[in-house]
Amino acid sequence: MFGYYLELAFRSLRRSLGLTVLMVLAIGFGVAASMSTYAVFRAMSGDPIPWKSSKLFFPQIDVWGPASRQGGQRGDGLPADMTYIDAMALMRQHRAAQQTAMYPILPTVYPDDPAEKSRAVPGHAVYAAFFAMLDVPFRYGSGWSSADDGHRARVAVIDSQLNQRLFGGANSVGKAIRLDGHSYRITGVLADWHPQPQFYDLANSNAFGPADQVFVPFATAVDQQLPTNGGMGCGQALPGPGFAGVLSSSCVWVAYMVELDDAAQVASYRSYLNGYAREQQQAGRFSWPPNTQLRDLSRWMDQMGVVPPESKVSLVVSFCLLLVCMVNAVGLLLAKFLRRSNEIGVRRALGASRAAIASQFAVEAGVVGLAGGVLGLLLTWLGVAWMHGVLPRQIAVLTRIDPSLLWQTLLLAIAATLLAGLYPILRATHVRPAMQLKID
Amino acid sequence: MGIRPILSALRRHKAGTLLIALQIGLTLAIVCNALFIIGGRIAKIERPSGLDERDLLFVSTSHAGLKADTPAGRAALAAGIQGDLTALRHLPDVQDAYETNALSLSNINWTLGLKLSPDARGGAPGAFFFADDHTLATLGLKLVAGRDFKASEIGRHSLLGTLEPPVVIITKHMADSLFPKGDALGKQVYFVGGATKPSTIIGIVQRMQTGNSQSERDSFTWNSILIPMHMLEPARYYVVRAKPGRLDAALHSVPAALYAQDPLRVIPDGTGADAGVRSFAQIRAQAYRGDIAMAQLMGVISVILLAVTAAGIVGLSSFWVGQRRKQIGVRRALGATRGDILSYFLTENLLISMGGVLLGVALVIGLNLWMVTRFEMAHLPVPYVLVGAVVLLLLGQGAVLAPALRASRVPPVEATRSV
Repeated sequence: MFGYYLELAFRSLRRSLGLTVLMVLAIGFGVAASMSTYAVFRAMSGDPIPWKSSKLFFPQIDVWGPASRQGGQRGDGLPADMTYIDAMALMRQHRAAQQTAMYPILPTVYPDDPAEKSRAVPGHAVYAAFFAMLDVPFRYGSGWSSADDGHRARVAVIDSQLNQRLFGGANSVGKAIRLDGHSYRITGVLADWHPQPQFYDLANSNAFGPADQVFVPFATAVDQQLPTNGGMGCGQALPGPGFAGVLSSSCVWVAYMVELDDAAQVASYRSYLNGYAREQQQAGRFSWPPNTQLRDLSRWMDQMGVVPPESKVSLVVSFCLLLVCMVNAVGLLLAKFLRRSNEIGVRRALGASRAAIASQFAVEAGVVGLAGGVLGLLLTWLGVAWMHGVLPRQIAVLTRIDPSLLWQTLLLAIAATLLAGLYPILRATHVRPAMQLKID
Repeated sequence: MGIRPILSALRRHKAGTLLIALQIGLTLAIVCNALFIIGGRIAKIERPSGLDERDLLFVSTSHAGLKADTPAGRAALAAGIQGDLTALRHLPDVQDAYETNALSLSNINWTLGLKLSPDARGGAPGAFFFADDHTLATLGLKLVAGRDFKASEIGRHSLLGTLEPPVVIITKHMADSLFPKGDALGKQVYFVGGATKPSTIIGIVQRMQTGNSQSERDSFTWNSILIPMHMLEPARYYVVRAKPGRLDAALHSVPAALYAQDPLRVIPDGTGADAGVRSFAQIRAQAYRGDIAMAQLMGVISVILLAVTAAGIVGLSSFWVGQRRKQIGVRRALGATRGDILSYFLTENLLISMGGVLLGVALVIGLNLWMVTRFEMAHLPVPYVLVGAVVLLLLGQGAVLAPALRASRVPPVEATRSV
């Protein structure tokens, strides 16, 4: 029967070609607009580490007190970064399953070959646990050891791009790299690893910025006085000059990330954080009650505004467009189906059940949906290509068409058309056979 | 011919009527909000930065290892800056240049604030820019009161640490937020961040945008402070004004001159926002790229939406005309003119469209209120709604014209034919 309905559908669609083309166009454009903006939204809001995002947490401590918050801050107004003092205290007390303080760096790499230009490369100063916490993939070697953290070893992990440039892609583990005038021993080379959004240091870095190319131990970076490449928020005058002054100040610039494996650990870390803030209050450092936050990765991304409101607005507006296209399809399908009241009457009089009429028209709506979907695919491809031209480059490269977007587009088109077809089909099945025959 | 027969005919096409009205309403709601977004973005992109942007270059340079925490390090940095500036200012392509920490719209922004007494809480926030006696000329800033810095006033300071310059130049917006009576010139202010010595406001410039192009708050966009100091940092920026028409030449000669001063320095050679040498046109394009994309996307969506709605009206009206050929024939046979038939369909559409527009206005307000709370958007001004309503009424009339003309050509003889 399906084959017969399909044939009927094609015949009917061809008979009122104008209406059919209008419907296919409407569904195609509606679906394409929605899916193009969805592709951007998906790229920006995607979970960069789905297998672990529920175990990664980002603590915040109110180090400046309620007086510092005059409105205008995002969310609860707690600083996204920590002071060096607090980050070091939390690292020493080591109460999470794994933890790392970190800050962005931009050391200059001096190549051995004098013909090569020296370049500043973005990176992070982190603790040894960083690589295990984020399951960072290595091509050669591995991260450094906690002992290296302890005695401020000059060791480094570089990414495959830097390895390609400096060592031609060969295994460079054990070789030396010159960063800001000092020599570091390479312990590992990353495989291709560029999580986006770059989630581990949203407090300091652009979520869609260039990939980190070099990692060095936090304690070593502080020892070498590598300046931060991120923000530096200071509420008061520095207690002393230079880098040493920054370390003992209330300036916030150190990001902090912990891994907590179950709800019990989360609860106990939460109370530990509050306890820490209370100790600081009792010690006279804070003159306000404890105020701390502990968010998991997805809440943290929300809090830090990784997906800009523009992207959400575009998504809402595009889906509204799809809604209008569906309303449009309802009207046109209704016109199309009821124009054939005679035919329906005859079929019903000859014994066709309502279900048979419904499936006949559902097949017809489905064919329109499929055609709209195919057109939608083509237009989505155009739409994404256009977005590549106008979006900021770092986001554009993330926006791509993959198999899941393809079948989602087709599915959305067919589902939207069938949904739009529900009411017209219902009306068609209620055409009374006798009435139609009488008029003729 | 009155409206009543049209209404009673519409009652027999409830579903179709409601669908067209709903579609017009939804379209109005979306198009109004989209136009509002476009209008906002265009206004944002077109506001002047206060700079004479033509022929401006922004150069990033760093030299690792130099530190400002020893007297020897400071002397080396100061000598390096002086050498760079002398070399730049003597280039044949260059009109003027100065050293700094940031530039308008560059997305590099250092914010502090000014307050009226050392122990006052808060104060007015403001982006600070290291500057010297060449800054106003290089940027083309317009001084509305007071004077420029003198060469003898230029000090030296690292980026971090308490700022206490004896004199400052601020923007008019900042002056007005500190001294609403407009008497800021000559007054003393204190930098947020622990300053105990006052800074005297010696000049007020008309306008200078901060490094932040995306803030919704005026104070973060227009409060700028020029401090008469060279920034003693190994990573710093030079702002260069090329001689008229020699920007392209300067794009090459400026980094070459800087490398000649210090072959070990790094001027990033990336592209886009990472590039070490950017013209102001590039900075502006990068700053507003997202806004342009948003405005274009909303424009495309509006056009698609209007086209889809018009197509829907054409489709349904044609269907109705086809359905009523016999009735039209009867009316023609009973003496109705072609004009009567035409005006019947136009009026019918106008009634439906007006219903849709009413629905749409309610939706516009609802959608906008929701977006205001959800996405921090502003309230939609009434003219957008009015323009949107008129556009949709005209769109409806335009779309129904072809089917209505076809209806008016139905001959009276149609009345005698069976279906």
